[in-house]
Amino acid sequence: MTDKPSYTEFHPRWYRPRMSTYWWVKKRAHLAFILRELSSVFIGWFVVYLVLMIRAARGPATYQAFLGWSARPIVVVVNLVSLAFVVFHAVTWFNLAPQAMVIHLGGKRVPPLWIAAANYAAWVVVSALVALLVLGA
Amino acid sequence: MPESITLQVTRYRPENESEPVVQEYEVPRRQDWVILDALNYIKDTLDGTLAFRWSCRMGICGSCGMNVNGEPKLTCATFLTDSGAGPIRVEPLANFPVVRDLVIEMSDFMDKLPRVKPWIVRGKEKPLSEGEYRQTPEQLDEYKQYSMCINCMLCYAACPVYGLDPHFLGPAAIALAQRYNLDSRDEGAMERREVLSQHEGIWGCTFVGECTKVCPKHVDPAGAIQRYKLTSALEELKAFLLPWRNR
Repeated sequence: MTDKPSYTEFHPRWYRPRMSTYWWVKKRAHLAFILRELSSVFIGWFVVYLVLMIRAARGPATYQAFLGWSARPIVVVVNLVSLAFVVFHAVTWFNLAPQAMVIHLGGKRVPPLWIAAANYAAWVVVSALVALLVLGA
Repeated sequence: MPESITLQVTRYRPENESEPVVQEYEVPRRQDWVILDALNYIKDTLDGTLAFRWSCRMGICGSCGMNVNGEPKLTCATFLTDSGAGPIRVEPLANFPVVRDLVIEMSDFMDKLPRVKPWIVRGKEKPLSEGEYRQTPEQLDEYKQYSMCINCMLCYAACPVYGLDPHFLGPAAIALAQRYNLDSRDEGAMERREVLSQHEGIWGCTFVGECTKVCPKHVDPAGAIQRYKLTSALEELKAFLLPWRNR
């Protein structure tokens, strides 16, 4: 938060290394982090796609046109890449959840593994419900 | 097994060089030697001009942090044999200005630390006659992990957010603020909130998580920051919904 630490007069020639623009390619963990941040773009795309689908559901003709457009190779590829990023986002998020959440039950701290497991369980349950709604109807 | 191992040590002598250079030293590859032993061997027998910081040799003073093969490490706790046959790269801690060789300038951290008031703040001290402030083992467990911090700054060297934006308060300072926020004897949470809830405080953190990985004392600063994000967001929400309640 300080621009100039007060020591300057005694150390006139500090070496101040600059971080390279490509700092995140050098280390796997950093690359994974940048990919996790990037995944938000693809999550945004899925929201847009959902809105488009709801718009198309106004009538059978518009819905057929939407299905036709969705079957185009470029849209299929974009959606597959997006799915991969969304899964990556979900998994990394659930794995980090125990670090951010500290829950006490009956005066004892819930073990981190349980919190991650509860997140995954909720994911499976919600996915199953959505699948039931979509496929059952 | 090779008898010796090569250390590639960063040298920076501001009176001679405008940029750091690498100097190689051959040291005995002893099973029981840590990097710090090798640096002291260099200083004692090969090259007395090498500058580096150290003190306790037992992972408690936090002075001997350096980047070893690109990772922030306490050199007193990193064995020569951890790097196989070598060579071993020894550099000053990343993200700090370098004063000389392996010595970094830490006044930025020293400046930030007192801002979070890492001490017990009381609204009103109770008189001595009432005795000490007592705590149960459960209350101690709430903050004990964060109290293990030795201010070695490895987490700052590992944090790309700090590297890109030196205004970021940083992992150790926030973890130490949480150490006192979670202490049942402390009443300073409101005072710390003003510093912590700024953009340069917790909201600068993007949860890379490297600070926790490199911490030699298992403090988990990343966890402390994310926990405080939740606390801060809830407090903001409370202030918005119940504006008549303080502030």
